[in-house]
Amino acid sequence: MTSRLSAIALNTFREAVRDRVLYNLIIFVFLLVASAPLFSQISIDVERLILVNVGLSAISLFGVIIAIFIGIGLVSKEIEKRTLYTILSRPVRRWEFIAGKYCGLMMTLLVNAALMTVGFMIAVMITSHGLKAQDMHLLVAVYFTVLEFMVVTALTLLFSSFSSPIFSAILSFSLFAIGTFSLDLRNFAASAHGITKMFALAAAYLVPNLASLNVIAQVAHDQPVGGALVLYNTLYTVLYSAAVTAGAVLIFERRNLK
Amino acid sequence: MNQSRKTIVIASVLLVVLFAGAIVALQKIDSARGKDAAIEEVLYLPSGKTVKRLSLGYSSLLAVVYWTRAVQYFGNRHLQDSKRYDLLYPLLDITTDLDPQLVVAYQTGSIFLCQSPPNGAGEPDKAVALLEKGIVANPEVWRMYFTLGFVHYLERKDYKAAEQAFRKGSEVPGALPWMRTMAARMAEHAQDIETAMLLWRGIYETTHDKNVRDGAVKHLASLQAEIDMRELRIRVRTYHEKKGVWPTTWTELVRAGLLGGVPVDPAGQIYKLLPEGGVWVEDPSQFPFLDQAALAN
Repeated sequence: MTSRLSAIALNTFREAVRDRVLYNLIIFVFLLVASAPLFSQISIDVERLILVNVGLSAISLFGVIIAIFIGIGLVSKEIEKRTLYTILSRPVRRWEFIAGKYCGLMMTLLVNAALMTVGFMIAVMITSHGLKAQDMHLLVAVYFTVLEFMVVTALTLLFSSFSSPIFSAILSFSLFAIGTFSLDLRNFAASAHGITKMFALAAAYLVPNLASLNVIAQVAHDQPVGGALVLYNTLYTVLYSAAVTAGAVLIFERRNLK
Repeated sequence: MNQSRKTIVIASVLLVVLFAGAIVALQKIDSARGKDAAIEEVLYLPSGKTVKRLSLGYSSLLAVVYWTRAVQYFGNRHLQDSKRYDLLYPLLDITTDLDPQLVVAYQTGSIFLCQSPPNGAGEPDKAVALLEKGIVANPEVWRMYFTLGFVHYLERKDYKAAEQAFRKGSEVPGALPWMRTMAARMAEHAQDIETAMLLWRGIYETTHDKNVRDGAVKHLASLQAEIDMRELRIRVRTYHEKKGVWPTTWTELVRAGLLGGVPVDPAGQIYKLLPEGGVWVEDPSQFPFLDQAALAN
């Protein structure tokens, strides 16, 4: 089972590399590192703040875009090219196909995030003339961004398991946008009454909680992120992504591919 | 059970169990971050104008989100009887930067700001700043001048500024005629109960916010009780002058023809008759804005 999963995952990763997805990294790293010295010239005392905000936001945004645009084609492309039938005719189960695709895309995003982070940290080092202990908080923000990718990838895979690429992209972007305001939704549910409260609560727990995964503003101001938040965010992401992937497996297992 | 059916059953069970686990984890996240987590991001925002630039044309939508956050922040703090509302003004400032035409944010927001804690932030100067910003953006809204006059009169005790606000508001086309009356009253009746009642009634009739409306009801009840007690004390003193003794029950005043019946407060309870002509309410907690000085008068 493990070998079948890793074969699908590696194949998905190779395909992404072949699609030149990782080329954006070179552009990103080059732009960020090259522009780092410029930040001190366009602003006073906030060059590090601007660099951290721009850098972390770019890592998050690039990753989400890649997750969605690759994710929407993971299943439909295989059906279109008829390669899915070749895969499933071998001793590969449908759930293994979905789980393998998820792992492959996550692998792509992890490499993407890791290389971007290296470029970003070099830029921080140039701007701040070295790294300080507080700069470790930046890595927590990057870690939360990777958790964000896990959720978005699972959602995109879920949508791609039953709908067209365009529809999957629309749904994934919408849920990503709603997810960033999920805390507002929960606060609204807490202050609502009656049937509105029930619907708002259901929606608040159903949509992904991406609000607590964004600590960019906090770390940009050298504020530490609590250990409890790291632990619970990790736990939540693993559980939520696994639940959504289970949903994707459920739909794909019942789907008539003939 | 075939392989596919087995996978469906396992996936269904996993879906439910994992999702339930995710909800529990989310509740833990919320308790780790605190109720104001979404709102505290204003601490890191340089200004509302920057947020507007970053909103890519969706500033009006974002203004509604910030206004909702301001209301929720105020509501949470109010429920906790908080003495501090540090984030209220920044939230309102960002909201109105994002959408300068969002009149409700100026009007209701300034009421939240001006009242003394725990009923408000106790920042009448910031309430005035917010309303003046609102008047610049919406000079045709006469109700904004009404709220400005209200803040100057009741919270800042600046009767001259209150009179000017009501007078300017009365000149706005469409303003109700009593705005001119209010301007006149400001000069004549500095700090009297009837004027305060007129103002709170105006707030009660114009607001759509439940918090403000509830606050106005409590203010009106407290002011009505003060008016009642002032009148009752006069009648008790008259009884004392006529009979040479202080009455011990209301029935004695009714029998003496000084009262039509046993007097009840706005909460429906009988007023307390204290020794030596004092009058007070049965349950002061029903009247949180009752002036303690009224007990002595």
